[in-house]
Amino acid sequence: MTTAGWIIMIVSVGSVVGMLVFCFYRVLSAPSSTEQTHAPLDNDTHDRET
Amino acid sequence: MPKVKEQWGTRLGVILAVAGSAVGLGNFLRFPGQAAQNGGGAFMIPYFIALILVAIPICWAEWAMGRFGGSKGCNSAPAIFGVLGGKSRYRYIGVLGIMIPIMIYMYYVLIEAWCLGYAWAYLTGSIDLGGDPGQYAQRSTDFFNAFTGATADGGVFESGASSLLLLAAITFTLNFVLIYRGVSKGIEAFCIRAMPIMAICAVVVLVRVLTLGTPNPDLPDQNVVNGLGFMWNPQGADGAPWYTVLLDSKVWLAATGQIFFSMSVGFGIIINYSSYLKRDDDVVLSGLTAASTNEFFEVCLGGMITIPAAFIFLGAAGVVGGTFGLGFNALPVVFEYMPAGRLFGFVWFFMLFLAAITSSLSMLQPAIAFLEEGLDIGRRASVTLLGLITFMGAAFILYFSKGLTALDTVDFWVGTMLIFVLATIEVILFSWVFGVERGYKEAMRGADLKIPKVWKFVIKYISPTYLLVIFVLWCIDPENLRKHWGTLTQNPVAKYSMILIIGVTVFIGLLVHIASRRWDKHGFGESEPPDMEASS
Repeated sequence: MTTAGWIIMIVSVGSVVGMLVFCFYRVLSAPSSTEQTHAPLDNDTHDRET
Repeated sequence: MPKVKEQWGTRLGVILAVAGSAVGLGNFLRFPGQAAQNGGGAFMIPYFIALILVAIPICWAEWAMGRFGGSKGCNSAPAIFGVLGGKSRYRYIGVLGIMIPIMIYMYYVLIEAWCLGYAWAYLTGSIDLGGDPGQYAQRSTDFFNAFTGATADGGVFESGASSLLLLAAITFTLNFVLIYRGVSKGIEAFCIRAMPIMAICAVVVLVRVLTLGTPNPDLPDQNVVNGLGFMWNPQGADGAPWYTVLLDSKVWLAATGQIFFSMSVGFGIIINYSSYLKRDDDVVLSGLTAASTNEFFEVCLGGMITIPAAFIFLGAAGVVGGTFGLGFNALPVVFEYMPAGRLFGFVWFFMLFLAAITSSLSMLQPAIAFLEEGLDIGRRASVTLLGLITFMGAAFILYFSKGLTALDTVDFWVGTMLIFVLATIEVILFSWVFGVERGYKEAMRGADLKIPKVWKFVIKYISPTYLLVIFVLWCIDPENLRKHWGTLTQNPVAKYSMILIIGVTVFIGLLVHIASRRWDKHGFGESEPPDMEASS
């Protein structure tokens, strides 16, 4: 593997992992990220035939 | 009109659902193949440029369009486009937003069944390539052809010929059971479990590949480092300097096509999924998170596993074939050579099955949403009607399996060409008809991350121009339009496939017409006047 190959691989993988970690950190640190954001009654299946 | 609105349960749920829709076989099989054939590491330069200039800007636009439509009570592409365009005639563009995912589902559910079948074959040990390494490649191809019926039309319907019929029935039913449960209890609940399992499976295979060392001492060059080098070293064609590939339009075309198809933009899926958000829910950070999740699976996992593994055991000559050739012919040979290959073969194909099912689920929801709000029928009736339509289409593709002609025809004309068309129309509708200033404000409402203002210029001028140029270059490439047009005029199965595509399009067009008249009558999805800035 050439030096240029190592550089491209590390930069590509590093950039994507960096973006992923940044995004998930922001999403999961926001107050409403994992908690239920909508009332259970909102989660209707639309099935009005029952 | 429905009085209750379906919504996502959690923010993480919608992100993983959108990412699950985007992550599919293309991430693990198509991307590494494209990169290796188009300059290796040099391919990543046009790839990341296309990500920044086309994929992410359109992704944000689709999220914003969908949430805007959802805030007006619309969940289907026809209704959303009608509200965005300010006139009911824009609803007819939405025919593509329903038809594209339905048609893709018809063959994708079969590929999903292939993955399940291969996973089962590895689990039970029923895939046998014999004891002669010289015959592995041929026996792997024979297994694939027999399993998929690629040697003769109707092959899979012959008694005892293949288990594909049963597997297709299982995957088809599983999709509809999950979709029947609804957005939150079905799609979200499944994706929130399936995505982490996929990641774990992929990491397990990645660790196995990266710890292979030099498995055959007689072939010291076929080792892990050289395998990674085959994928990542920047290389010019025929010994030319690596930067010459950047002057080749084919490389740009391949890179843009790959990122575009990988991100699932232009499918009509993101606008449907984001329509289930609340009016002030964030779309910017959520959209970027879903996109980066897709990139993680593609670059960090797909780019590090498939080609290096194939190179280590098969050498440069073995790393050939398209998505199916690499995935279903070459990789089984790799697992045959690999220590504990049966276990890793099962893990790999089970992961591909999960990747496929999270994508196929997303292809059904846009049509379900349309049938519910367009024809005012309940979920049970919508699921039944859609099940009937997709069953007929899938049975057609399953029957005409010789040379996979029916599958290839639908994949090319719908799964490749029409998504370019829909994405271009969406960008123009969003930035020129809806208005880019209004679009920016809409995207930024409730945003947890600021979109740079240059996005307005990019989405209005750069993205549509880029798309149109790539589309024209792609059309004039002899490998694309001319080749497939030739097949269409010469092969009867390709003709029948085109009749199927046209038939489904006309049928959905009629339904959209009926729905549009109903909506006008009831004042549903009331159109808003387009932004004045757009007409100036």
